[in-house]
Amino acid sequence: MASSDALTARFSELASLAEDEVVTHSLVRDIALPSGKTLALITLDNGRDHTRPNTLGPMTMLELADVLDALALRAASGEIAAVAVTGKPFILAAGADLSKVGEIPSKAVAKQMAQLGHLTLGKLATLGVPSFVFINGLALGGGLEIGLNADFRTVDRNAAAIALPEVFLGIIPGWGGAYLLPNLIGIENAIKVIVENPLKNNRMLKGVEAFELGIADAIFDSANFLEDSVKWADAVINGTVKVKRANEPGRIERAVKWDVAIGIARKMLENRIGTVAQSPYAALELLKAAKNSEKATAFAAEDEALASLIAGDQFRASIYSFNLVQKRAKRPAGAPDKALAKPVTKVGVIGAGLMASQFALLFVRRLRVPVVITDLDQARVDKGLDYIRGEIDGLLDKGRITPDESNRLKALVTGTTDKADFADADWVIEAVFEELGVKQDVFADVEQYISDTAVLATNTSSLSVEAIGAKLKHPERVVGFHFFNPVAVMPLVEVVRTPQTDDETLSTAMVTAAKLYKNAVITKDTPGFVVNRILAKLLGEAMHAVDTGTPFAVVDASIKPFGLPMTPFQLLELVGLKVGAHVLDTHHAAFPDRFFDSENLHRLAEHGHIFERDSKGKIKGYDKRAVEIVSGGTTPITGEQLLRRIEDGLADEIKRMLDDGVVSAPEDIDLCLILGAGYPFQMGGATPYLDRVGASERAFGDTFHHPPIRGTD
Amino acid sequence: MAERHEVVFVDGVRTPFGRAGEKGMFWNTRADDLVVKAMIGLLERNPNLPKDRIDDVAIAATTQQGDQGLTLGRTAALLAGLPKSVPGFAIDRMCAGAMTSVTTLAGGIAFGAYDLAIAGGVEHMGRHPMGFGADPNPRFLAEKLVSEEALNMGSTAERIHDRFPHLTKERADHYAMRSQQKLAAAYDDGKIQPDLIPVAIRSDAGWGLATRDEAPRPETTMEGLAALKTPFRPHGRVTAGNSSGLNDGATVSLLASQATAAELGLSAKMRLVSFAFAGVEPEIMGIGPVPSTEKALKKAGLGITDIGLFELNEAFAIQVLSLLDHFGIDDDDPRVNQWGGAIAIGHPLASSGVRLMIQLAAQFAEHPEVRYGLTAMCIGLGQGGSVIWENPHFDGSKK
Repeated sequence: MASSDALTARFSELASLAEDEVVTHSLVRDIALPSGKTLALITLDNGRDHTRPNTLGPMTMLELADVLDALALRAASGEIAAVAVTGKPFILAAGADLSKVGEIPSKAVAKQMAQLGHLTLGKLATLGVPSFVFINGLALGGGLEIGLNADFRTVDRNAAAIALPEVFLGIIPGWGGAYLLPNLIGIENAIKVIVENPLKNNRMLKGVEAFELGIADAIFDSANFLEDSVKWADAVINGTVKVKRANEPGRIERAVKWDVAIGIARKMLENRIGTVAQSPYAALELLKAAKNSEKATAFAAEDEALASLIAGDQFRASIYSFNLVQKRAKRPAGAPDKALAKPVTKVGVIGAGLMASQFALLFVRRLRVPVVITDLDQARVDKGLDYIRGEIDGLLDKGRITPDESNRLKALVTGTTDKADFADADWVIEAVFEELGVKQDVFADVEQYISDTAVLATNTSSLSVEAIGAKLKHPERVVGFHFFNPVAVMPLVEVVRTPQTDDETLSTAMVTAAKLYKNAVITKDTPGFVVNRILAKLLGEAMHAVDTGTPFAVVDASIKPFGLPMTPFQLLELVGLKVGAHVLDTHHAAFPDRFFDSENLHRLAEHGHIFERDSKGKIKGYDKRAVEIVSGGTTPITGEQLLRRIEDGLADEIKRMLDDGVVSAPEDIDLCLILGAGYPFQMGGATPYLDRVGASERAFGDTFHHPPIRGTD
Repeated sequence: MAERHEVVFVDGVRTPFGRAGEKGMFWNTRADDLVVKAMIGLLERNPNLPKDRIDDVAIAATTQQGDQGLTLGRTAALLAGLPKSVPGFAIDRMCAGAMTSVTTLAGGIAFGAYDLAIAGGVEHMGRHPMGFGADPNPRFLAEKLVSEEALNMGSTAERIHDRFPHLTKERADHYAMRSQQKLAAAYDDGKIQPDLIPVAIRSDAGWGLATRDEAPRPETTMEGLAALKTPFRPHGRVTAGNSSGLNDGATVSLLASQATAAELGLSAKMRLVSFAFAGVEPEIMGIGPVPSTEKALKKAGLGITDIGLFELNEAFAIQVLSLLDHFGIDDDDPRVNQWGGAIAIGHPLASSGVRLMIQLAAQFAEHPEVRYGLTAMCIGLGQGGSVIWENPHFDGSKK
């Protein structure tokens, strides 16, 4: 076909990247409609099972364009009355094929990727007959944009996930989504789908939500989804069903609500994530313009925005981060064979304080095995049990668990002051006072009662795990199991391997972490492991700058280019000033020439806070007394100087950690920072950022990644 | 004591029947999905039916394993979205599975145990060839309880030819050709389509939609039939052309007590008069419907001349001819299988019984002059099943 040759030629540079693309084919079958007319049904199917979803690479898009051209001819000759697109079982399409984005050589080729999407999917609007997309399952990004470019959509009630996650990955919905969606479901809903949800841990929609938002015009049960969709399409074609779109924006919304909603969203973004991340703001710009742009103009703007972002640093770092979270987190580096893991059929928790109670709750909910908590006296044990039972009641009240499940969980949790009750526990975790002698004694005491192979896990954040196990007959069963606060929410566990820890114990820890729905990273038994060591470096520099006379505000503003969710002193207040001071002290003690401690921080901890807040807890400014406490420094530095110190210091420290084998690769450092400290995707955790700003080069004359993870021109 | 309740056939639907095997349209469709889709179609056609009032669900399959196993009536009910309070079970009487689902639940309704029930059957012969995985007791052969040929349905059909030499191959072929022609005409007249539930089908060429039976060969000629091989015997008489094929499909029906149907405003398409099953020698199982029909007629207090419409399962042409011959009915009698039968449509074993009822019910509506109709079929291992129905549209007129 001449048209297809022309297309292939136009996008040849893009297509050349797609040599080993898993092509999602566009298979066409004619469907006889009840009315006697014919619907041409395109099935998108890459020929693989559901573990390899349909993706939309260049060859896929060129094939679909060809198929749509052929169908337009058939439509013109009256052979078909409608065209519909659906997917293979459970999956429409998971979006653009991102496996090759690292190889996109230039902004010009990135732009081709945007243009090919628009050109191909745009054909769904110019077939000459109505077009339908039957969203039968997973529809992400470009997958959902197939639907948005069509005239009508149905959705399967059990569709696993429907979303435009582009902003989460540092780009924008650039195959029509940023323009078509607000014009379909209204500006506020579109902001929710395109900007807010991606930033809420990449939240996705269920079928019902997509229908209620107006993304789909009809919703059907899975059992008969395709049959019902075909019947419905026939009724639409014949006019017996009139499609009403309640959320479609009207004139008033365009005149009054639109710009206001954009303004509110922008403020929300600035407050929540700052202004470093580019993609949310680029998306807002496009959404704003969607109010009164012509389609062609809007699509051209999407092309430009998408090309710029794809070619930029943040997208590459985001894809790197995404792969860490999606892939590396699921196959942790250095994890021994899962088959070595010992079964955990009963859990003992030493301590009944808040942290220990949170552990007990997590273990009982996820493992559903008996959990025994213990403390020095019955009163503390009872308090812990009350907390756990209260939390279970809360889950029941919210309908998160059934009454049967609530009964089951409550019956599994018991308390004792007699450690003999740990006798048949396979896993004992301690969360007692952070003091070496106390922890050593607690483990030695428990060892009298438990089997020789039961795992002893410690949640220490600052002590040597090896030292904690020093008094044991069987130190090989000791492992560090470091959670992050709040335990139920934070997805990271640092699993600390001592020189004695055996593979069975390590494997048990890794498998147990996975059962707790946590991502585990294996670290060496070195001070602060990963996350606390990085935070100690950063906060130590921040505090030291203040100690030497730099104002709080200058310090807080200095690392804005990171785009962290919090400033250094907000973070210090969140973790607790006392804890913060302790973390700085332990790191200073371990590495006195590289880590600062701070007397002032202890004084601030006494005082209680750094910020002055209103009754709702909103920051009004720095507390006068706090400013007074830290006053007296005589060698202030500028924000730029501090930023440079922190960047270079982090690059140096991470290089040392890698050289020392704290973790096996920079990827693990970044994974820890993303999952344990909320470092943003656009930074890539830390190492892609440090490479791209030159800190790595300055600190150790090289980069962490080869080639560095950065954009192109 | 429970009193006797009248039983009515409220409605029935089926999937299109496919050809079994890798090339068949349902090769990639699960057996349970077939019956579930039929069940959902039945429920959608009867929106006034309160689902929580359904008292039981019986689904038949001959080979109850894999996607045809696991207590089909219960699993299909759950998958079709019936409330969890609705129970269900599975039935097996080989080819008369769905018929037995109907008679079993009808018995429960008549006894007063049920008000509403769903009865149906499914057979995915592509995935579950007949007898696959069966382990017949060696005593059958050792003690000559049955001959080896009894387990091969084609051989049992040849035996009917042996017994009734005047029922020739030519008559069987002629009957088969007529079945194909009658079905084609029925499709042309839109008789079949209203009770078919479309099924989405996945293939290497993408998703499609099954809206018609796949097996019919309307182009069938006597010459063509004469040229076919006789796979069961050299120079035999039974061919692929005068037999039903191997098929995939599902049927379901809604049964009710007459009082419940009236209460809920469900219109009855047929009223159950009587039913009977009977055994014959397994080696000649095809004649089974003869004694079962005699028995059902006797219980109903009727004679064969009272029957105005016949829906006879065409496992083999010869087997239908033997029944017609027994009752003195002409091979081409217009009362018999007006819209063709299993030779053209297909015979997914345990689903076929309700297919007969669906067609009889539709014919009743067109024939108010007919009072009684018969659905009957032969059953593997030497049985027959017969159900006699009364036409609620009967207006007392004579043709």
